[in-house]
Amino acid sequence: MICDICGKREATVHLTEIINGKVTELHLCEECARKKGAQMEQHFGIADLLAGLADLSSGLEIKEETGLKCENCGMTYHDFKRVGKFGCSECYEAFRKNVPSLLKRIHGSAKYVGEAPRTQEYERVRDEVQELKRQLQQAIEREEYEKAAEIRDRIKEIEKARTKEKKDEKEQ
Amino acid sequence: MKKNNKIDQLLNQLGAWLQGTGQDSDVVVSSRVRLARNLKGLPFYHWADDKRRKEVYEIVKEALLDIPELKNGIWVDISELPDVDKYFLLERHLVSRELVEKGHYKACIISEQEIVSIMVNEEDHIRLQVLQSGLSLLSAIDIARRIDNQLASRLNYAFSYDWGYLTACPTNTGTGLRASVMLHLPLLVFTKQIANVVNTIAKLSFTTRGFYGEGTEASGNFFQISNQVTLGRSEEEIVENLLKVVDQVISYERQAREKVYAQDRNTIEDQVYRSYGMLKYARIMNSKEAIELLSNLRLGRELGIIDIDIKRINELLLIIQPAHLQKMEGKKLTTRERDIKRADLIRERLGQEV
Repeated sequence: MICDICGKREATVHLTEIINGKVTELHLCEECARKKGAQMEQHFGIADLLAGLADLSSGLEIKEETGLKCENCGMTYHDFKRVGKFGCSECYEAFRKNVPSLLKRIHGSAKYVGEAPRTQEYERVRDEVQELKRQLQQAIEREEYEKAAEIRDRIKEIEKARTKEKKDEKEQ
Repeated sequence: MKKNNKIDQLLNQLGAWLQGTGQDSDVVVSSRVRLARNLKGLPFYHWADDKRRKEVYEIVKEALLDIPELKNGIWVDISELPDVDKYFLLERHLVSRELVEKGHYKACIISEQEIVSIMVNEEDHIRLQVLQSGLSLLSAIDIARRIDNQLASRLNYAFSYDWGYLTACPTNTGTGLRASVMLHLPLLVFTKQIANVVNTIAKLSFTTRGFYGEGTEASGNFFQISNQVTLGRSEEEIVENLLKVVDQVISYERQAREKVYAQDRNTIEDQVYRSYGMLKYARIMNSKEAIELLSNLRLGRELGIIDIDIKRINELLLIIQPAHLQKMEGKKLTTRERDIKRADLIRERLGQEV
């Protein structure tokens, strides 16, 4: 594919704009993309978005696996392409091979930045840790150091389990 | 069709987001944030049969009714409503177009002051919306988060550490956050700078829409700017970026007002007073004309040309819409009848006896 701006070099950056539901695609070579990025950055700072896109597609075609199917809701990848919406939350996992490039094309990134939901478990653990910390303080004030050490170990244990949980989910 | 008396009560109040208060309210009408949330494993509305839709409805309803903050809220079974009530809620920005489309087990809960509205079985299982008057995105997001946390502790949200909140449409994946600000930009329109502004905003992956929501063109100089990107940035970053853009637009509008009013005072005053005159005396008026004239009246108020309560103008912008007129009249009206009723109502509210 040839760059939409210079019409000479190979386009390696693919930009999709959705404006009022209308999808416009822009295919640029690296040089023109950088120029366009710099141009826009003067106004607000979209360059990082374009940079993200460049990372994604520099030199390689996006390969999609099409024979995928979500066992939870029955949606196939073909259905998804046709409808434009996932069938259920498990589809993301089922279509895992294609999801990152799709999200990158839409958002310029495929990595969630932000907090996890405050679930019951989250709140229970948080309350427990708070309570233990209070007890720890008390123990220190009363100079019951053996007890304090015990409580401290318990807090460490919980916090370790919590980070591991996070990691496990990530790896799944 | 069941009659929902609580909906009729809304007719006599003006939502908190239209009070004309808050930061930068000379240009900013209101701020809105919306969070998209789903239950893990249950199919999304478009992909579910009625049995699964009902399941979602019941699980979410139980959680919502359990939240202390929503104790005095109005629960509305949208699917059971007559069309006029559906459009009435749509006109008040309390539900989305998608929610009022045909289909079973759709519902929403609306908080007392119409600040919070939570839709059930929209495109996503849950759409939580907070509306505020003026430039108040930060307080809107605080409220949204508080309720979201309470819901998270009662529901099994669809969430992944890689991609965040998992939504039906990949354009919402991540934070599921859509933040938007409604601006009144008459002088950017008058000086023909608006096309430039809208184009620049679009290039930065922000969208511009009209006062009357998704899929509508901007009318009466009202524009709604919102973020497109929901992934790769935290909620704070999304809101901060939007605020940067909005601040810029506000200052452009103010500069244009100052400049044009200083250079061409007569033209502006003439436009404001002509509009005021028409609103006070006309006998037939379609929505488009009414919105444009009310926009001019608002400009007159913002420039200090005429003294009129901003709440009154906001209220008129709301109640001149078709479903509102028909609810007030208590019956279905033809276009012609609506145009007459609209003119009557405006004359009445602007205090003109003639």
